[in-house]
Amino acid sequence: MPDVLLSIADIPWGVMTIVLPLAGAMSSFLWPRRALPLGLATALAIVICVAGLGWQLVQQGAQRYAVGGWGAPLGIDLYADGLSLLMLMMTAVVGLGISIYSCGYFNLERARYFWPLWMFLWAALNALFLSADIFNLYVTLELLGLAAVALVALAGGADALTGAMRYLLVSLLGSLCYLLGVTLLYHSFGSVDIAILAERVESSPTVWAAMGLMITGLLLKTALFPLHFWLPSAHASAPAPVSALLSALVVKASFYILLRLWLELFPFASAALAQLLGLLGAAAVLWGGLQALRQTQLKMLIAYSTVAQLGYLFLAFPLASITGWTGALYVLLSHAAAKTAMFMAAGNILYFGGHDRIVDLDRVVQHLPLTITAFALAGISIMGLPPSGGFIAKWLLLEAAILSGQWWWGIVLILGGLLSAAWVFKVVGYAFTRSEVPHEARAVPAAMEWTALLMAMVAILLGLFVPWLLALMEIGLPFGGVGSAG
Amino acid sequence: MNWGAALPLFVLASSLLPGLVIFFLPEERVAIRSTLNLVGAALKLVLAGVMVWGIFHGSHFETRLPLLPGLDLLLRADPLSMLFVGLSSILWLVTTVYAIGYLEGSPNRSRFFGFFSLCVTATVGVALAGNLITFLLFYELLTLATYPLIVHRGTEVARRAGRTYLIYTVAGGTLLLIGTVWLYTLAGTLEFTPRGFLSTLDGASSTALVIIFVLLIAGLGVKAALIPLHGWLPQAMVAPAPVSALLHAVAVVKAGAFGIVRVIYDVYGIQFSATLGVTLPLAIVAAVTIIYGSMRALFQDDLKRRLAFSTVSQVAYIVLGITIVGPIAAVGGLVHLVHQGVMKITLFFCAGNLAETLGIHKVSEMNGVGRRMPWTMAAFTIAAFGMIGVPPLAGFISKWYLGLGALDAGQGWVIFILAGSSLLNAGYFLPILYAAWFKTPADAWPAERSFGRRETAWALLAPPLVTAFLTLAVGLLASAPFSPLQWARFITTLEYAE
Repeated sequence: MPDVLLSIADIPWGVMTIVLPLAGAMSSFLWPRRALPLGLATALAIVICVAGLGWQLVQQGAQRYAVGGWGAPLGIDLYADGLSLLMLMMTAVVGLGISIYSCGYFNLERARYFWPLWMFLWAALNALFLSADIFNLYVTLELLGLAAVALVALAGGADALTGAMRYLLVSLLGSLCYLLGVTLLYHSFGSVDIAILAERVESSPTVWAAMGLMITGLLLKTALFPLHFWLPSAHASAPAPVSALLSALVVKASFYILLRLWLELFPFASAALAQLLGLLGAAAVLWGGLQALRQTQLKMLIAYSTVAQLGYLFLAFPLASITGWTGALYVLLSHAAAKTAMFMAAGNILYFGGHDRIVDLDRVVQHLPLTITAFALAGISIMGLPPSGGFIAKWLLLEAAILSGQWWWGIVLILGGLLSAAWVFKVVGYAFTRSEVPHEARAVPAAMEWTALLMAMVAILLGLFVPWLLALMEIGLPFGGVGSAG
Repeated sequence: MNWGAALPLFVLASSLLPGLVIFFLPEERVAIRSTLNLVGAALKLVLAGVMVWGIFHGSHFETRLPLLPGLDLLLRADPLSMLFVGLSSILWLVTTVYAIGYLEGSPNRSRFFGFFSLCVTATVGVALAGNLITFLLFYELLTLATYPLIVHRGTEVARRAGRTYLIYTVAGGTLLLIGTVWLYTLAGTLEFTPRGFLSTLDGASSTALVIIFVLLIAGLGVKAALIPLHGWLPQAMVAPAPVSALLHAVAVVKAGAFGIVRVIYDVYGIQFSATLGVTLPLAIVAAVTIIYGSMRALFQDDLKRRLAFSTVSQVAYIVLGITIVGPIAAVGGLVHLVHQGVMKITLFFCAGNLAETLGIHKVSEMNGVGRRMPWTMAAFTIAAFGMIGVPPLAGFISKWYLGLGALDAGQGWVIFILAGSSLLNAGYFLPILYAAWFKTPADAWPAERSFGRRETAWALLAPPLVTAFLTLAVGLLASAPFSPLQWARFITTLEYAE
């Protein structure tokens, strides 16, 4: 291999994905007039760093960095394997889309608050996906929550402030539960490093208490039914790009932690607990789908669909097979792209017509063909029709359900897909009805329409590049097993 | 990439790419849009011709792209798929001409032609799919591409029809998905193989295989409009005439019927299906559908609704021909895939002409219309006689082989179904013909448009004349090489070979 490529693989890309957005946050805070170009440049740079990290992982396998040269248990370790890489890639793609979209969406006044907070949130996300110890995970989770709450409040107005306040309380409560669990584990085993803990942890009442606390806290933050009560109002009242990043990225972060802990720290967790998580997931799929169907406002509808989609993630726990985990991961990725596109589309519709009442949509959407196309394409992925990432996810989960003999989870998948289809077509149907009423309108910047469409295309294309992504996922074998996810 | 691997992709691209471009064309660019449409359609026809020629001479056309570990996105041209590809390419070209004439001056044409092209792409994808997951992919794509065409008019009725269509087809697609995944977990492969890949399967219980068969056939039966899954089809006729024509002759119902043939021949295998005991129940469902559809057609005054129920009945011939389990009946069923398409598209074109030119939508308004529009009604008459099964037209060939095959396979009861159905066909077509040719016209047509000395626009008249001619030709020249009949024989020799 040429030297240049070798030396590229030696740069600590992982660390840079955290440092860069932090620098971006600082600089856009210090020079608010330049916030937009600074933010965009940072977003691009992060994408390049994540690509670099990907190259590094492909070349050298899973990576462990000792930040500042101090290794665990003294210093902070960062760890990157295929799972972290996919999460970082998802964040980078969605993040870039959101950055471009918000150029058109926010006026100058709002932009100076948006960019520092968003960059800060991005840094917290990247750090979270790379953290190798449970205390570090706590810190990043807390930072993430605070940045997210501030972003929700950015919309101003009573709705947004109520939503933000509720979100803040829930977020703090969730992190607190998690922190208690961390303390218990640290007290018992004298380490917070996941790899070290994994060797020492064994089933005991303390560990079970810690596990219960941590899982509860994370479920609250992931908004798993019935702990989802805070999500719809927070996600629906935020500005569109913020709704997108909350639904696509922030709730996934706490799920990611849960997944890591489940796979590495708590392999002894009983099957009953897995069944319980699956049951809650199933309830979320059905309840979220039904609620989505009942909504009269587009953004509330999309927010409830997030509740349903998060439910799918938990169906993998009782299935407990590589195929199942891959399926859940695919739900996570394709939902991120699709939901971003949907919230962007909803944002365009609000921007254009000043409302998002579903019954009056026909007056708006016919003037925004690209936007409704984005919504429809994203909808295809959300309801799991081919060709899309959502279809692959559904296929894998269904396969895992049948293989494990637990076909009833498959029925939940199918019903959830049908419910999503019902509300997607309910909305898309308005694109075809004739509306005679003229409409007072505000032109939507082309960048906003096109980013929505591109994000939807990502969700579709995820369904066509599966083997390639699965190969990345297997770096470091985060789900155990030997290679192929078949 | 060599030619053998590229051709299936090109056949898809010849309608996909024009379709995508057309979406972005401004409404008033009629010339560019029509050119793109026609060039795409002509190109597809040429490519299909090349593939038919190649397959006959033993070439292989196969494109394989990895989709999931162990599962590929597989496009493969075999004789059966070429039967459907050939039908789609010919009728797409004709329908494109018709649609350009039909929609002249109406709004949202870019959207219409965009989805129209996607619809044909999905149909050809269904035809070329080399395994069940690829089939599923295009089958669902077909649902998505057709929905905008059905609701195109944007009226309340159209919306309701669209919703009904979606409820049926999405539910059907779901059943198909469950069956497909289940089958995959049992068999570990989904690749279509001549004479099936399940008969050699060890350890799978035949109960599971029967349930999967029911799931797959129910999923496909929705589009094929088998009783009791046909409810969407008569409603969907609110769509513009070219859409109805395409829906009834090529795209949707045929995709369902074609899928049933695929599942029976290349997944289960005809002999294994017969051993499992699933063919006779399906034959009975098909027989009931044939009679029921014709009975309902008898009492419809709305012309397109009458034709729609006739489709319900006629498409079931294909399923019947396959499930009789015998090579001769199979020829009849397979050839009907093409013959029904040619005849039914003619009838829908003519119905569209009557509606566009004279505002006639009902059978009761058709008195004496033969004198006002002789060419249109001549085409209609040929196609209607074909449907009834008058020799030497297309429908006669199908029914002849079906009847002969039924006797050959010892299923004498089918003869009664065929005879009864022919009587019923005559019962709902002959009064139309009588009224059109022999009754005196009313004083004024409901909504007449003048086209000068011609009875209607060229673009509307030429397509039904061409397809009516085809109805005659495939019957008269049934033993010529490359006729649908010969090709159907070619397919059955492969399936029934030892």
